[in-house]
This record gives sequence, C-alpha cells and structure tokens, in this order.
Amino acid sequence: MSQDHFVSQKPFNAHSIEELTPAQEKYYLASQWKLMWWKLRRHRLAVICGVILALNYATIMFSEVIAPYDLHTRNADFIYSPPQSIHLFHEGEFIGPFVYGRDYELDLEILKRNYPERKDDVQPLRFFCSGDKYRFWGLFDASFHLICPPENGTFFLLGTDRLGRDMFSRITYGARISLTIGLVGIIISFTLGIMIGGLAGYYGGWVDASVQRLIEVIRSFPELPLWMALSAVLPVNWSPILIFFGITVILAMLDWTGLARAVRSKLLSLREEDYCAAAELVGAKPGRIIGRHLLPGFMSHLIASATLSVPAMILGETALSFLGLGLRPPVTSWGVLLNEAQNISVVALYPWLLYPVVPVILVILTFNFFGDGLRDAADPYK
Amino acid sequence: MLRYVLRRILAMIPTLLVISVLVFVIIQLPPGDYLESHIAELQSQGEAVDEQKIQFLREQYGLDKPLAEQYWYWLIGMLQGDFGYSFEYDLPVTEVVGDRLFLTVIIAMATILFTWMIAFPIGIYSATHQYSWGDYGLSTLGFLGLATPNFLLALVMLYLANVYFGTSIGGLMDAEYIGEPWSLDKLVSILEHLWIPVIVIGTSGTAGMIRRLRANLLDELQKQYVTTGRAKGLPPGKLLRKYPLRIALNFFVADVGSLLPTVISGAEIVAVVMSLPTTGPLLLSALQSQDMYLAGSFLMFLALLTVVGVLISDIALAFLDPRIRLGGTANK
Repeated sequence: MSQDHFVSQKPFNAHSIEELTPAQEKYYLASQWKLMWWKLRRHRLAVICGVILALNYATIMFSEVIAPYDLHTRNADFIYSPPQSIHLFHEGEFIGPFVYGRDYELDLEILKRNYPERKDDVQPLRFFCSGDKYRFWGLFDASFHLICPPENGTFFLLGTDRLGRDMFSRITYGARISLTIGLVGIIISFTLGIMIGGLAGYYGGWVDASVQRLIEVIRSFPELPLWMALSAVLPVNWSPILIFFGITVILAMLDWTGLARAVRSKLLSLREEDYCAAAELVGAKPGRIIGRHLLPGFMSHLIASATLSVPAMILGETALSFLGLGLRPPVTSWGVLLNEAQNISVVALYPWLLYPVVPVILVILTFNFFGDGLRDAADPYK
Repeated sequence: MLRYVLRRILAMIPTLLVISVLVFVIIQLPPGDYLESHIAELQSQGEAVDEQKIQFLREQYGLDKPLAEQYWYWLIGMLQGDFGYSFEYDLPVTEVVGDRLFLTVIIAMATILFTWMIAFPIGIYSATHQYSWGDYGLSTLGFLGLATPNFLLALVMLYLANVYFGTSIGGLMDAEYIGEPWSLDKLVSILEHLWIPVIVIGTSGTAGMIRRLRANLLDELQKQYVTTGRAKGLPPGKLLRKYPLRIALNFFVADVGSLLPTVISGAEIVAVVMSLPTTGPLLLSALQSQDMYLAGSFLMFLALLTVVGVLISDIALAFLDPRIRLGGTANK
C-alpha cells in the first residue's frame, strides 16, 4: 500500500494561480508616472544626462556665486590673456591649488600680447571668499564667491576676451540666457502646438486641411534663413529683455509644427473612441473633451518629444547671436560670446575664445540623450 | 502616374503662393525702406542726394504704392523672371544672385549625395548588427554628429586647419579663380574645396538619416516575410537585398523632403562662417541693410528649391512604391 497520496488539511484557495506576487502587484497597481520613472531609471545614460542637465540648470540660480569675477569686470592689464592652469605642487612641494603670477609683454612684430608665467611667484587661490560685489537675485548685496583670484593676482581659468573679461565667468553667466531661452521657447511652442494641433485633430474638415497646409508651408522653409529674416525685423531700439522675448517667440513660432502634427494624428484616432463619444453625449464642450479626456492619454509622450526640441532652440539662439542677429551685448549668452570668435584670424591667435562651444555641445548632447530615454520611457505599457 | 505628378505640381502652387505672401510680409515688416535709410546715410555724410534717382527708383519699384499693390507687382515680376532690383548693389537681383545660387545648389546636392553614401551602408550595418560594438560605436558617433551644430563644427575645423596645416580652408575655390568666368580649372578648384563644407554641412543630416534608416530597417527585419524567407533557405545577403532593403529604400527617398530644408539652412550659416561664395553671406547682409528685393528673392529661391526638391522626392517615391499612387493624397 502506498502512502504517497494524502489530502492536505489546509483550506484550498481556488484562485491561487491567478494571485500575484507582491512585486507583480506593485507593478500592476503603479501609476503611469511611476512606471515611467522605473523605465527611465533603467536607461543609465539618460539618467546620467538628466543629472548633468539638472546640475547645469541649478548653476544658473547661483551664477554670481560660482563665477570668480563679475560679468562685466574688465581687467585692462590682461587683455586676451590665455587660460591659467591650476597647479598643486611647487618644486615638488604640495601647496594646494595655486596659480603662477604673470608678466605682460607685447610682441611688437605681430602685435600679440604675451603673458609669460613667473615660475617663482606662487599665488594660492582663495575659496569661500569675498570678491567682486553683486546683487544676489536682485534682493541684497553680497560678495561671496566659491572661488576667488589670489590677493593682488588674477585667476582666468579659461582666459580673457578682448576687454580683459574672464571667459569662465562669462560662460557661467551666459548659461543663464542660453539655457532659459530653450525652456521659455518650448513652453510657447508647446502651447501653440497643443492648441492648434488639438483643434485640427478634433474638428477635422477644413480646419484640419488649412492647418495642414500651414504646417507644410512652415516646414518647407529652410528654418535658419527664416529665423534670420524674422530677427532682422526686431527693432534695433528694443531693450535687451524685449529682444530676448522677441527671439524666443520667433524660435517658438517655427517649432510648434512637429508637436501639432503629433497631437493632430493622435486626436484623429482618439476622437473615435467610445469614451470620447460618451463625454460628448453627456454634454462636455470640445475644450473640455480635448483637455480633460484626450490629451492626458499621451501627455507623457508629448513632454518627451518637447524635451527633444529644446536643443534645437538653444542652437537657434546660439546661431542667431553668433551671426549678430540675435541677442546683443550687454546681454550675454553663449552665442553672444561666440560672436567674438567669428573672425578666424582672432581665433587662431586666441583659441580660448572658442571655449563656449564646449558647453553648447555638452548641453545639446545631454538633452538629446535625456530626451531619447524619456521618449522610450514615455510609453510604459509597451 | 501622370495624373499623380500633375496633381502634385498643382498642389505646389498654393504652397508657393502662401510662402510668397509670408516672405513679402517679412521683408516689409521693418519700419522704413532701403531708400529712406539710404537717404539718411547720405545726408549724415553730407553728400548730395540725387532726388531724381531716388524718385525714379521709388516709382519704378512702386515703393510709394500700397502694400497689396507692391506685392502684386513683385509676384507678377517674379513670374516674368524679373526678381526686382538690389538697391545695395545697384544691379538687378538676378545678376547678383546668379552664380551664388548655382553654387548653393551644387553644395546642397553634393551634401545630399555625401549623406546618402555615408548613411546607407552605416545604417544597414547598424540594423543588421544591432547591439554589436560596431552598432554602439557608430550610434555614439552619429549622436555626436547630430548634436554638434554645424557652424560650430565649421569654426572648430577652420581653427584646426589653421593650427595644424597653417592654411585657411575657407572659400570655395582658389583665390585666382574668384570672379573668373567658368572653366575646367575653376571647376576642379571648386571640387577640391567642396569636400570640407560638404562634410561640415552633411554631418548632422547623415547622423539623423543613419538613425532613421536603422529604425526603419529594424522594423522591417522583424516582419514575418523575413522569417519565411529565412526558413526557406535564402542566403542572408540576398534576403536582405531582395526584401527589407527595398522597402527601407522608399523611406530613404522620401527622407530627402526632410533633409533638404536642413541642408539648405545649414549651408547658409556655414557659408557665413567659412566665407563661401554662396547665398548665405549675401542674404545676411541683405537682411541687415534692408535690401528687401534681394532678401525677399533669396528667401523665395530657397523655399522654391526646397519645395521642388520635395516634389522630386515624392515623384521618385511614387515610382518606387505603387501604394502611394493608389492612396492618392491620403498617404501621410
């Protein structure tokens, strides 16, 4: 007789197969945004780029503190001074971060300024110190800096420009304009794109047809010449702030088309859904149906694609300012800084004027990677 | 087929009309006109203003007429081949533009050819070797190319050439040929200089095309007919060539439409940086000095170039893919 067979005394759960493990349950109950976050987190490169971007945007709040000099401080004795490197050891002895002092001489043959280092003059850098005065957030006067030039010395990490202004400080300040112009622009183009695309997709018919033609026209225009033409229109006597907004609006005016197309094609299919008909039957107005029922369904996707068009705007501003059609000094953006590097014979003598290229490429690259990861994560149910 | 082509050409007309209105509005937006600023400039220098000539120009070009009428004459003139008069150069626009526009077209076409030649093999390789080291390496390189603004690339290349080779790579031909009539030597000289702007302008478009081609081909490679073909024992190369590649090719041709505006606008700013004798620098100065007919006709030319380019790519696509003709305009 075999005793292999027995009947378990435990109560039998008929649904045991269908039951989920806690981990599965957590997954199925998670909200869309949570799923997106989980998916984004797996995309290492996107997360790293996101952090870099966040840091970049954090610096623009504290540009004054980070930059060793003020935006407009001129060092008349150090015009076109090359970058000073930071040293740690002097003749084999550890001193801590310091720079060597500099002499000035003029090469009379090619009229080039030379700044040979005095190898015996050790000038330690100061940290958490008081330097150039500034008005922090326009609220109170302060002079606190993370890093300052040595007493009676100079500290030009990335050299100086034709007025002896510190490039590193100017790039730090320039980030303010260059980084925000993309965000402000994207807000405008996002609104435009959703509104126009939403109307076209929801109503269809002639509204759709005319919007489609408009988009086609705008898209068939090479965008840079159009930007150039439009910014040439901005009156010369406008204040820098007005010019800033003018440029932003110009960039946004030509950028909304891609988003509008996405919204439109999505709405065209979504409006046939039952829940849309239900909302219509209980008397919801078109604006409510679009904004409340249709858009949230693919909002995450829209935001992701908006992230991808920020770099184009940053680049647009840089290009326009570089050509002298965009922002003008005293407003300082990376494009305005690069404007000085337009003349190749100047750049050949003073190559550090090209440094603003580095943050531009870095920001654009990180935005691209981050946006790419975000777009993959935007559809967590896939 | 003929009907499709005709319909596409007819559809082009309203697009061009809207573009012309847009261009006209843009060039009229700044307050005043070239003559006014010209007079002010002459007066500030204490020079005599030739009232008669000014008056003649004003009448000739209808600057004293209402805007709608000015637009009408501009449009009619363009249809007859009269693109207006450049005040700054004191020449008809066609004479100022002529050579430069030709060079712009050459650069744009060379850039697109370059893009194709580079993007096609790399895109296929990336798709067929997905997630291999080669794919990762090329993708990273592509992303870099996509992200590097081409005018900055031009600037950096100019600098590097200056430092390492001691030469200037700006310009599109050797100095001795500038202003010379066309000859074989001049053409050779242009070809020798052409590759640098072509690479500079082409990088971002190439990178974008590689990515899109890779994505498209990957989609096709997952389809069942590929599995069927493989199951029936087709060699991989032939399988790729006969089926998925043909379908991906359609997209390749269609992509010219999105490539052209980028190439042309990229060419404009790179031309300014590298001082190429194309339309870029001229357009910039025309915009800055309110030389409105010159600027307007340029914008119009560039738009026309793009629209016609897209048309050609659409027609080529219709040849390749019969579904498009059957679908009529509904194909989006």
